[in-house]
Amino acid sequence: MSTDHVTYGSAGPTSTSSATDDPFAPGYETTEGRIFTVSGGDWDTITAAPDGEKERIVVNMGPQHPSTHGVLRLILELDGETVTEARCGIGYLHTGIEKNMEFRSWVQGVTFVTRMDYLAPLFNEAAYCLAVEKLLGITDDIPERASTIRVMMMELNRVSSHLVALATGGMELGALSAMIYGFRDRELILDIFEMVTGLRMNNAYIRPGGVAQDLPDGAEEKIRDTVKLLRKRLKDTTNLLVDNSIWMGRTVGIGYLDLTGCMALGITGPVLRSTGLPHDLRKSQPYCGYENYDFEVVTETTCDVYGRFLIRVKEMEQSLRIVEQALDRLKPGPVMVADKKIAWPSKLSVGSDGQGNSAEHIKEIMSESMEALIHHFKLVTEGFKVEPGQAYVAIESPRGELGCHVVSSGGTRPYRVHFRDPSFTNLQAVAAMGEGGQVADIIGAVASIDPVMGGVDR
Amino acid sequence: MTDMTPRLPVVPTGTLNLELLDVRDGAFGVRGSGDTSGFGGLVDPRVMPGASQAPFGGWFDEVAEEIELSLADQGLPFASATEKVVVDRGEITFFVRREHLVAFARVLRDEPGLRFEMCSGVSGVHYPSDAGRELHAVYHFLSITHNRRIRVEVTASDADPHIPSIVAVYPTCDWHERETWDFFGIVFDGHPALTRIAMPDDWPGHPQRKDYPLGGIPVEYKGATIPPPDQRRSYN
Repeated sequence: MSTDHVTYGSAGPTSTSSATDDPFAPGYETTEGRIFTVSGGDWDTITAAPDGEKERIVVNMGPQHPSTHGVLRLILELDGETVTEARCGIGYLHTGIEKNMEFRSWVQGVTFVTRMDYLAPLFNEAAYCLAVEKLLGITDDIPERASTIRVMMMELNRVSSHLVALATGGMELGALSAMIYGFRDRELILDIFEMVTGLRMNNAYIRPGGVAQDLPDGAEEKIRDTVKLLRKRLKDTTNLLVDNSIWMGRTVGIGYLDLTGCMALGITGPVLRSTGLPHDLRKSQPYCGYENYDFEVVTETTCDVYGRFLIRVKEMEQSLRIVEQALDRLKPGPVMVADKKIAWPSKLSVGSDGQGNSAEHIKEIMSESMEALIHHFKLVTEGFKVEPGQAYVAIESPRGELGCHVVSSGGTRPYRVHFRDPSFTNLQAVAAMGEGGQVADIIGAVASIDPVMGGVDR
Repeated sequence: MTDMTPRLPVVPTGTLNLELLDVRDGAFGVRGSGDTSGFGGLVDPRVMPGASQAPFGGWFDEVAEEIELSLADQGLPFASATEKVVVDRGEITFFVRREHLVAFARVLRDEPGLRFEMCSGVSGVHYPSDAGRELHAVYHFLSITHNRRIRVEVTASDADPHIPSIVAVYPTCDWHERETWDFFGIVFDGHPALTRIAMPDDWPGHPQRKDYPLGGIPVEYKGATIPPPDQRRSYN
């Protein structure tokens, strides 16, 4: 491992020199050999490595780098502009969510999981709630309206997540207009989220047993109008990039990973579908009633960054189709299970003094029924108990298989919650996709995986 | 008041295939003296679903039979490779003895009748009360061909926290095994580079173990402190 020419620095023109008094690269001796810290200069000033020694340049790209898609640290070993080895450093966003959940009630867990993959919060919530419901054995008792709202919100979330994937991916490869349009359109969906859940992100909207509250008045019309508008605007955004020769020059044939590689590395989502395998958990193992919706699993056979980009574009159209079908399927009814030992007792409402419990509920517990008050108190402070056992539920998040493994020891708090986040697993493919290519292509490969570091590190 | 000797849990007769996980006593953290409510005398056995007997129902039997035949081809009887099979909540779990895990995983991947192409990774669970098998590594496998999902659970003791790595069979487990090492201290023998992945390299301890010390929050008011979360009064 020890060489005379170990260079650490940031991406960009760097130089090193074996001359001891290079003004741009002051050197110092270590047990590993001579280390140069590079601060500027020109490639021409690089002197050839002494005979028989290999020059080894290691570049740390990130964790604070605008093109690494979050706080991802890429450790690249370079030979000129060619990447000979690529490794990922992760963990910069680890917040101990899984451990924290062991000290909060089952319902409070939703507040934690929504903060993991922060571009797809509703998927985290859905995976967790479906797992808890499986443990409780109430999967079939979830009201249809709740499942339909879940599907609708998840698909809207898929569109917003894919829009960010295109926006940031475009930005990282230099297509700044795509970024501006992508974020503009995402805002439309965040407005819907704000209207329905009260929050743009970190919604904590899907709860064990159903959803936190019903759709507010006017939400259905707003969603219908937004879907129409999005259809139009998505065309504008994607027309910027589809068949754009500059964009294709940066993406076609880049980040190649075939089916064998995907299977070995456990890759799911658009990356897997870009190899031609139509694997989508919404079709193969439907949950929340996905078997009742008419949509197609989009695939490409190019195995490259461009194929994954096309898949995301077409998946957004399919998601909008599902949203419209969900709107048509919405029938009045409850949005929380009937079991009063599980269902959250109160409903939120907006009053003259701000957001809080609804006036009818306050009237009932404070002046009509002592039992209702006790019940409310016990359920909110203590929470419900879950019979011992374990469950694993996987759903198709925008990035692939999002699995939730939940273990209960019979208490009011989870014994262990583990998330199999697709970003975490898919990031392992960076080395396979990027080694042997150019530094600039690593950016495209990472962008096509679309990792969200909040989900990777949890 | 309650005596401090552990009591035997009352498990209803006829539920012998349950597995005792833990016995909790008291309520809301009340133990010993000071309890006038009477709840301190509560004894609450916690039992996990125990072993199931064949037939398991549905495609579970097909998978179990296929595994048994394939293992027998390698001269490995099913009974010595696995501890037990648990069917619960529509999911099947194979408890595999750790020395046979790699052979088991290879059968899952290669056998045409099984074809579990995809491993969804490893998750650790720490059961301090499960003497001799405190650390559990839980694997989930998905067969896209047959559209089936199974769980494999492997145990190791705190004193000997070694489980063979299956990275050679399922390369996707690379980071998952590093994560489980990082958080639970399970050593996956044969892993190409078993290093911490989320915590800093020099971090002491394995944070998601149940015995990992948690910090309390000192409050700047008359020297008060808030105890760590696992020592606070809580519903149990």
